Amino acid sequence: MTPAPALSVEGLSVEFRTRSGAVRALENVSFRVAKGETVALVGESGSGKSVTAYAVMGILDPAGRVTAGRAMLGDLDLLAATPKELANVRGRKIAMIFQNPRTALNPIRPVGRQIADVLICHGNVSRRAAPAQAVEMLRAVGITDPARRAKAYPFEMSGGMCQRVMIAIALAAKPTLLIADEPTTGLDVTTQAVIMDLINDLAKELGMATIFITHDLALAGQRSARIVVMHAGHVVENAPTADLFANPRHPYTAELIAATPDSAASLDELAAIAGSLPDLRRADLPPCRYSERCPRKIAACAQPLPLAAPDAAHFVACWNPLPAQVVVAPTVSAA
Amino acid sequence: MTDLAASPRQESSLTALVRHSRYVLGENPVTGFAFALFVLIVLAAVFGPHIVPYDPLASDTSEALKPPSLQHWFGTDQLGRDVFSRVVVATRLDFFIAVASVALVFLMGGLAGVAAGFFGGWTDRIVGRIADTIMAFPLFVLAMGIVAALGNTVQNIVLATAIVNFPLYARIARAEANIRREAGFVEAARLSGNSDWRILTFQILPNVFPILVVQMSLTMGYAILNAAGLSFIGLGVRPPTPEWGIMVAEGAQFIVSGEWWNAFFPGAALMVAVFCFNLLGDGLRDMVDPRRRT
Amino acid sequence: MGGPDRPGHDDHNERREMLTMIVKRLAMAIPSLIGVVVVTFLLTRALPGDPAVYFAGPAATPQAIQQVRVNLGLDKPLIEQFGRYVVDLAHGNLGTSLTTGQPVATELRNRLPASAELTLLGLIVSIVIAVPLGIVAATKPNSLIDQACRVISTAGVSLPVFFTGLILVYVFYYLLGWAPAPLGRLDVFYTEPPHVTGFYLIDSLIAGDPGTFMASLKQLILPALTLAIFSLAPITRMTRASMLAVLSSDFVRTARASGLSAYTVIITYAFRNAMLPVITTLGMVFSFLLGANVLVEKVFAWPGIGSYAVEALLASDFAPVQGFVLTMAVMYVMLNLLIDILYGLIDPRVRLEA
Repeated sequence: MTPAPALSVEGLSVEFRTRSGAVRALENVSFRVAKGETVALVGESGSGKSVTAYAVMGILDPAGRVTAGRAMLGDLDLLAATPKELANVRGRKIAMIFQNPRTALNPIRPVGRQIADVLICHGNVSRRAAPAQAVEMLRAVGITDPARRAKAYPFEMSGGMCQRVMIAIALAAKPTLLIADEPTTGLDVTTQAVIMDLINDLAKELGMATIFITHDLALAGQRSARIVVMHAGHVVENAPTADLFANPRHPYTAELIAATPDSAASLDELAAIAGSLPDLRRADLPPCRYSERCPRKIAACAQPLPLAAPDAAHFVACWNPLPAQVVVAPTVSAA
Repeated sequence: MTDLAASPRQESSLTALVRHSRYVLGENPVTGFAFALFVLIVLAAVFGPHIVPYDPLASDTSEALKPPSLQHWFGTDQLGRDVFSRVVVATRLDFFIAVASVALVFLMGGLAGVAAGFFGGWTDRIVGRIADTIMAFPLFVLAMGIVAALGNTVQNIVLATAIVNFPLYARIARAEANIRREAGFVEAARLSGNSDWRILTFQILPNVFPILVVQMSLTMGYAILNAAGLSFIGLGVRPPTPEWGIMVAEGAQFIVSGEWWNAFFPGAALMVAVFCFNLLGDGLRDMVDPRRRT
Repeated sequence: MGGPDRPGHDDHNERREMLTMIVKRLAMAIPSLIGVVVVTFLLTRALPGDPAVYFAGPAATPQAIQQVRVNLGLDKPLIEQFGRYVVDLAHGNLGTSLTTGQPVATELRNRLPASAELTLLGLIVSIVIAVPLGIVAATKPNSLIDQACRVISTAGVSLPVFFTGLILVYVFYYLLGWAPAPLGRLDVFYTEPPHVTGFYLIDSLIAGDPGTFMASLKQLILPALTLAIFSLAPITRMTRASMLAVLSSDFVRTARASGLSAYTVIITYAFRNAMLPVITTLGMVFSFLLGANVLVEKVFAWPGIGSYAVEALLASDFAPVQGFVLTMAVMYVMLNLLIDILYGLIDPRVRLEA
């Protein structure tokens, strides 16, 4: 129903080799991002949101390995791409911004030069014109007195400013997809909103699709058109934002919403989610990794998880989902 | 099992140590190898003079400068002395110098550092100043100067080697004592009416010592190299005493004419000993503090 | 962290910051220098027996000894003696050698270039090998080069430097005949080049004499290689460790994600940051290198200040030893100062804190 997506992740699995065995960090992760759309990846820390992004970008830690799946950017499978093809795409078609902007910038290189490095690398700017262009980029992300700031080092700037510089670096080559990994973590509350607005505005201006990674469901609700909920390396639910909040189907999503301060009527109703993420090194992980924490567990949960096409309007990976309240056809189908 | 139940606490800590040591040795067979080598060196140091085939000082000019053979495993030197016997007998002196200097700096640096870290103020400033001044010299050069000034004896080699290692020990001990001064159990001891000296003796020192012991094993290799270097340039030990550094120095003149064994075997013994101490030090550090593993 | 939104700075500011930093570092070196002077003074006074007897030499008459005592000011209180010592130092007077009768300062000055040329070449060779080795080992963990790197850094620290030198002589001079005899800076068939820098390699090039250049290079190779092997271990180890740390840092991940070329990521981003701890390590390396230099000079009969000190030591001639210890310590303090300044040049954070 949608045109060719900006990015389509299909059946992505990632393993980490550690001293104490393989960690199955991602299993069969699938989702799509349409052109110009903002999709949020939401989950607790350790749920695999960042690993998904790193796998797509090809910047996994050396201990990590993609064991299955595709990540299609147009006709190119990023997971099977040669280093050269990948170099052509990274920064130019997909860009990424990270949490903790202060440590995510080179501490001993002036920020203007860090932007210029990217401009030069992606070929559209000459070495001589790059510094001036970098100053323009700083102006575009709303840094005052950009010519002077371009010569400053990250440690001379506030966290919010560093994040603006990161955004300038990410957008230097006008990518079609931006991955923002907890872009406001470590910033103070007022700066958070400003940075999110900036990302939204620039995305709209450039017609850029955005994957917004966050553990904050409320923030995701405000900023994205679609939400992908992750738990312990699985996608458990994937739905349009309004639909997800109005009608969460997966028990975990429902608990997440209940645990979100915005939607709770009073503190008493603010529920904590029972249990913690399972140890992903275990050999006996159940098919549904939430089942051990789940209040709605039934015998069927021991079967392999139900699978659905990633473009289903409202996907839920559960044998005993919460009932659909509106007239939405149940999307659960045994694969 | 009934025996175990009799003294549960003691037993469990003992078995834990054994299990941990076995884990470290199993994980890192190199440490096991180094330990075996260490035992060999200690045996040579203790029994060396009694087990060698020849008198290390007996010269026999008719047998001078013979290459290694079945009679003389490491050949003979310019005076016809058996190089193998000399290398083995030398172990005791080299080992003694290393152990003595490390023990000495353990006392000097350990106590000064603990005092500096515990009392702070002037004590701290003076110890820090001394350590900084020593660190301002290239260490081997300072050791040369000390031995030259104090007199050309083995005791002074030991002392000089200890002095140049002083800053390292003092700093480690100072840092550890400083951290522990603020630690909860020391505060508790202070509140229950213990004097500074009591706290120092019973709370701080027992906690700082294991860390310094690891440091001792790590600096043994350096101590032995330093001492051998000093005797190589003619300080401390005098001929005909068998000692590795001086044997290499004596053998050096024959290298250019091809009689390699004279310098090679004592040099190799020195190298093996230092290698063994370094590996052992690393292994011991892993055992005591697994986090600092490299 | 530093105050938010500190303004950027222009070139003029940067130069002033750099200068402030250098002046501060210079000031920090002064206590070290004072310590060095005090210690070298105390070492003389710690000589066993009567220093006057010692300095007068073995065959001196009682009158001569008294003369020496007055000349050296040994009859004065310790503080006054120290004052005299400092004044002498300020005039560049390090005393006179008993065995050669020459002023110690002159002999040290004449011999220093030989030691400096050897030590610097050794260090350069070591850095040229160790740094790329460490980088490759860090970028390809568990590869063959990484394993080699580990062996070097464990075995390298166990090698007595004089032993390495002798083995090199045996292999490359006696067995293979590739290297000349280990007897000094220049083969007897060559005359030393006209003195400009005192470095034969440079002076022979200035004089346009490739024959002498090659001859002195041949003499230099083995002792320099000995020193290089000696300092290889700590530099390789530190390069590898700090590259590994930097490569897994956030900003390198950013650089990778923004599509910068592997070269830019590894060299411009990772390596420059990784150099900072390596530069700090160089201070320790210099400490060992200056000491090892003495041993290597003895093995290769190198006419530097180390062998000068060793000869004096064996003759119980203390003034040259004292001068040598002082010279080495002052050089070491200066090298550390240079390292600090270099660090400040690379790391803006240090520069701006000054």
